[in-house]
Amino acid sequence: MSARWRRFIPGSRWGLILIPFLWLLLFFAIPFLIALKISFAKAAIAMPPYTDILYWVDGFPVLKLRGENYLYLLGDSLYIKAYLSSLKIAVIATTFCLLIGYPMAYAISQMNPSTRNIALLLVILPSWTSFLIRIYAWVGILKPNGLINNFLMDIGLIDAPLKLLHTPIAVYIGIVYAYLPFMVLPLYTNLVKHDHRLLEAASDLGAKPWQAFLKVTLPLSKAGIIAGCMLVAIPVVGEFVIPEMLGGPDTLMIGRVLWQEFFNNRDWPVASAVAMVMLALLIVPIMIFHRAQSKEMEGRLS
Amino acid sequence: MSQARSSKWGWLFLALGFFFLYAPMLSLIIYSFNENRLVTVWSGFSTKWYGELFQDEQMLNAAWVSFRIAFYTACASVVLGTMAAMVMTRMRKFPGKTLFGGMITAPLVMPEVITGLSLLLLFVSLSAWTGLDFARGMLTIWIAHVTLCMAFVTVVISSRLAELDRSLEEAAMDLGANRIKVFFVITLPIIAPALMSGWLLAFTLSLDDLVLASFVSGPSSTTLPMQVFSSARMGVSPKINALATTLIVTVSTIGVIGWYFMQRADRRRQQEMQLAAKQ
Repeated sequence: MSARWRRFIPGSRWGLILIPFLWLLLFFAIPFLIALKISFAKAAIAMPPYTDILYWVDGFPVLKLRGENYLYLLGDSLYIKAYLSSLKIAVIATTFCLLIGYPMAYAISQMNPSTRNIALLLVILPSWTSFLIRIYAWVGILKPNGLINNFLMDIGLIDAPLKLLHTPIAVYIGIVYAYLPFMVLPLYTNLVKHDHRLLEAASDLGAKPWQAFLKVTLPLSKAGIIAGCMLVAIPVVGEFVIPEMLGGPDTLMIGRVLWQEFFNNRDWPVASAVAMVMLALLIVPIMIFHRAQSKEMEGRLS
Repeated sequence: MSQARSSKWGWLFLALGFFFLYAPMLSLIIYSFNENRLVTVWSGFSTKWYGELFQDEQMLNAAWVSFRIAFYTACASVVLGTMAAMVMTRMRKFPGKTLFGGMITAPLVMPEVITGLSLLLLFVSLSAWTGLDFARGMLTIWIAHVTLCMAFVTVVISSRLAELDRSLEEAAMDLGANRIKVFFVITLPIIAPALMSGWLLAFTLSLDDLVLASFVSGPSSTTLPMQVFSSARMGVSPKINALATTLIVTVSTIGVIGWYFMQRADRRRQQEMQLAAKQ
């Protein structure tokens, strides 16, 4: 490439950085700022359906921020309950995912390489097929004349169908079912890199297998545990589909509240305020995740 | 002795785990052939629901919309994701790298209701400010999906790039190739399987997305998940089971074939490297 042309092409280094950077800036970061701005507006019967916050008075711009949306959120116990309930559900579901996913990841990491790959494929495969459809499958399983109830009634264990659908239990089942692969994968990636010699050394020093596990394997897999838990807990807080399809009217989750606020009530500013508070709640977990993830990505450079 | 016992428990647990993962999907498949309209009460074998499915215009249109968006999303995500992965793994610190890194990993966990709402507000605001009508439709859905999928592709490709033997690239540069040539001639062929799996991942994520599409879609751009969701809300229907089975079988087949070819390519490459090392 001749030197003359090189003047017009930005250094390939900066071109490489700029294109994804600008995309993300425009379509990921800036939208949050816009949502923040609109959370200070008020719903209006207009297109777009909210008021302006920047007014021109005598040629001077005046910023009119209405904090009333946030006061409304704080005042109405529904929202506070929804936030707390979402956090509670996320923590409990993540714990279940961890309890089920860790042994699975551990078992797979102990296999020999060829079986390991197949096992991994089997874990990932369900998550390639539609999330929506897999949740829908549980509707068919849990409903009053669904698979579980039919089975239990056929073998005479119960007389009347159990209420399984539209309960918190159904939501937990749905979340664990949908997010299990997201827990297994980071755990596996971490566990598979463990040096077996450490465990051998521990047993040489007299540790029983469970002791070696607690003192060697578990601490070493800490980064994987954090990554897996964050990868499950954070999106679960804002889940919509699972509580909508499997949960009952009393299963309060903030993602559902936001959806209803936006689509049913057409109140964009309140929906934005709900989103901003959700974001504020999740910022610290997201940063924890980002740090764990960066360490994974860059750690291998050293 | 205890090693053998622990691995037996391990196998049992794993088997239970897989049963948990696959049983619901199997139930969908089995009951899609149920003659009975009441999905879970078996009354005979029938493929009539598949017939009904393939005559459902709305469903088919939505599927076509979804497939096109997914295709374009996957292609764009792989390009942008590879760029981002190269930046994250190959470049030393530059001003803004933390922000960049944050923006790359955040979509992995960010609840879609937040990103969906924010993007819609962006499109509406852009329309208001510029006077242009950013008609919500396939383009806006495509933008939303690329923003999401790019993060996942970056993770896949970063991990492959990080494992890559840098000496190959350095040797090429020693021989006089500039960075662009090194990428296209050396790096790209080696990470091709990761690109493929990133493409597949982005494709399935886009095909499956409900929340983002619901926020940013327009009147004529109903995606398949949106269509399925509105049907499913009204209750379980065997037609949806038929659709579910079709999707599961299609995606699984493509996934397994793709996975098999990537394994083969990986193994072959490893053999070639070993042969080259011996010479």
